[in-house]
Amino acid sequence: MMADQETAVAGGHDGGHDGGHGHHPTGWRRWLFSTNHKDIGTMYIVLSLVAALVGGAMSFWIRLELLDPGIQFNVFGAGEEAAYFQFYNVLVTGHAFIMVFFVVMPALIGGFGNWFVPLMIGAPDMAFPRMNNVSFWLLAAALVLLLVAAFTQGGPGTGWTIYPPLSNADFHPGAAVDLGILSLHLAGASSVLGAINLITTIFNMRAPGMTIHRMPLFCWSILVTAFLLLMAIPVLAGGLTMLLTDRNFGTAFFDAARGGDPVLWQHIFWFFGHPEVYIIIIPAFGIVSQVVSTFSRKPIFGYLGMVYAMVFIGFVGFVVWAHHMYTAGLDVDTRAYFISASLVIAVPTGIKIFSWLATMWGGSIDFRVPMMFACGFIFLFVMGGVTGVALANAGMDIAFHDTYFVVAHFHYVMAIAAVFGMFTGFYYWIGKMCGRQYPRVLARIHFWSFFIGVNVVFFPQHFSGMAGMPRRIPDYPDNYWGWNYVSSIGAFITTASTLLFFFIVWRTLTAGEKVPANQWGEGATTLEWTVESPAPFHTFEELPDMTDKQADE
Amino acid sequence: MASETTKSHPYHMVAPSPWPAIGSLAALVMAFGGVWYMQEGPIWLFVQGVLILLWVFYRWWRDVVIEARSGVDHTDTVRHGLRMGMVLFITSEVMFFFVFFWAYFNATVPFLSGVAHDVWPPEGVVPLDPWSVPFLNTVILLSSGATVTYAHHMVRLGDNKRAARWILLTVLLGLIFTGFQAYEYVHATFPFTGGIYSSTFYLATGFHGFHVIIGTIFLIVCWFRARAGHFTPEVHVGFEAAAWYWHFVDVVWLFLFASIYWWGSLSYFTPA
Repeated sequence: MMADQETAVAGGHDGGHDGGHGHHPTGWRRWLFSTNHKDIGTMYIVLSLVAALVGGAMSFWIRLELLDPGIQFNVFGAGEEAAYFQFYNVLVTGHAFIMVFFVVMPALIGGFGNWFVPLMIGAPDMAFPRMNNVSFWLLAAALVLLLVAAFTQGGPGTGWTIYPPLSNADFHPGAAVDLGILSLHLAGASSVLGAINLITTIFNMRAPGMTIHRMPLFCWSILVTAFLLLMAIPVLAGGLTMLLTDRNFGTAFFDAARGGDPVLWQHIFWFFGHPEVYIIIIPAFGIVSQVVSTFSRKPIFGYLGMVYAMVFIGFVGFVVWAHHMYTAGLDVDTRAYFISASLVIAVPTGIKIFSWLATMWGGSIDFRVPMMFACGFIFLFVMGGVTGVALANAGMDIAFHDTYFVVAHFHYVMAIAAVFGMFTGFYYWIGKMCGRQYPRVLARIHFWSFFIGVNVVFFPQHFSGMAGMPRRIPDYPDNYWGWNYVSSIGAFITTASTLLFFFIVWRTLTAGEKVPANQWGEGATTLEWTVESPAPFHTFEELPDMTDKQADE
Repeated sequence: MASETTKSHPYHMVAPSPWPAIGSLAALVMAFGGVWYMQEGPIWLFVQGVLILLWVFYRWWRDVVIEARSGVDHTDTVRHGLRMGMVLFITSEVMFFFVFFWAYFNATVPFLSGVAHDVWPPEGVVPLDPWSVPFLNTVILLSSGATVTYAHHMVRLGDNKRAARWILLTVLLGLIFTGFQAYEYVHATFPFTGGIYSSTFYLATGFHGFHVIIGTIFLIVCWFRARAGHFTPEVHVGFEAAAWYWHFVDVVWLFLFASIYWWGSLSYFTPA
């Protein structure tokens, strides 16, 4: 207490040396040396948009290749089919890594998390502003490494799961997989530092009166996500290190011939990998909760239930990993446990779905574009969740494993759902971020074309998958042609819709109409709507006092 | 604007800094240099990256110490956040070591894996005698935990001079530990590339040893800072973080000693 008073007095005449207060850095230094949560959040979103073009182009190539049976685009020429098959696998791998680590995570956690966690809890910035910047630039470095890896000695064609023996030095000699591993190391360091930053910010910097149980659900979702990152990423780092030394320094962790165990890699990878898919989707839960509440003009239904459903999903997410490994030869007791544990997750996710619906129930619903995307999210997430319940059963999964049914499932439940979460957040908050409104008609066209497009892509994959269409292969028997063709038509719609989105971004930034501090009206009750739009460089230098406010009011 | 000269909140608004971007560049150089070296290339690019990174660490944390010394930036609230950050960082480190223990138990406990070894250590491996140097190292590391705690008491009494002396003693114990580990590595009969026993042994103990070295450097910095009188009975976050980190590597060692050195060699030294 003494020290507090002293520093408060000292701060009275010595705030001037603090760059954060007096002058705003300008030019390239503003971005490269940034310690401002909004600028760093913006850089994350820009990186995400750039990476989305690369990752999206990769998936478009995949769908074009699968449009017809046979090989369509062998860029390596006749007689070089093996090189093209490897290239196809690199596309699949690159698409996954880029979308997971460089599109969804930077947008939802680095971008919206950075921008809106401090604003929503009434804090002037993040807890560790310099560390915030190193999180971003490490991710940029990781993206460089990954892109270089794709063009090095045939590229990493391992899939995002990097299973040995395919990923070991026998089957992937050369530098590509090593570059990929180090890319993930840097991306992981970025994520762990970001997680530490977000947790400390949320625990230590909430405005007076904002108790943890009054905190907006988006902040809760980021808090849970950050804990998952903190605990899961180091596990991947350890496994990647073993893979690296197996490949280059003669260790035998995953080498069965020398006493190692390739299945150990699968355990380690999925101990990280399962929490990772929750890392991707939980921030979207948070955004959707804010948006559903805002546009139903009601507080969220069952706030505490929503909070602890997320906490429970996060916790149980750590003890279900082997449901990705039902065909790896686990004994039946182990599989029985992982089935039951996985099915349990349907309970808290059900709580979330029904609470969103109950929030809308009897509300004064305003179908603005963010609300449309939020409803789209709920539909897609439920679709993917239902097939998830099917796949959680080992008996069924042994038939579905490595088919397009699994591809359809996870794209619905975490990939497309997460992208809908991103668009929800984008349309909800772009006014706050740039001070301008999106073009409404174009945005509605974007929603409908994207919603139809992704469903045309992924819904038929349930059917081709159940018929036995295998994953990760550029050629297939003629009898899978029909649904593959339909799916590829969906890719054209989705790609056109994505280009429309980039046009919308450009139109918003250059010609959008100016918006007031609270553009959404009485439904928008969280603190970010109390500051002007665009949010000024520094916010809440006078902390807001929430002492007399009700939760979610 | 009032906020030009005063701040009404207890948080630290950090000035823009070049170190994060340069540090990330150093990490990128290290990654490319490391891959080049692993592909039978020279090592200088990797070393270059390491040197830039060490320079960035020095400059970055020098800035932090200057801010801490300003008497303005590191309020009670900020220091609470810094301690929280350190605890979270150590939590992530615990999870990192967790994987290497997992690999070890995966190889030794049949319940966990279909390929766990019936005989451990595997035939032909002569393990280190746990009650020889490893036990000595256990005593050394536990003692260093006591000395760093004593140094903490001195800091809390406001006696930087004696604190420095006890920190120095801790550093020396850490260096002796590292020396003994190096001695063990040199004299171990199982080579690094000798299969799963070597893999689990060297990576688990090796990463621990690396963390001991980091903790030692952290304490050396604290030794300089104590000698310069930086720590007060109330405000000494840097020292607390170093001490927590030191206790963390201490605890990891206890698990290593109990599971890898002692339990892992039981059947060799006490045949049924």
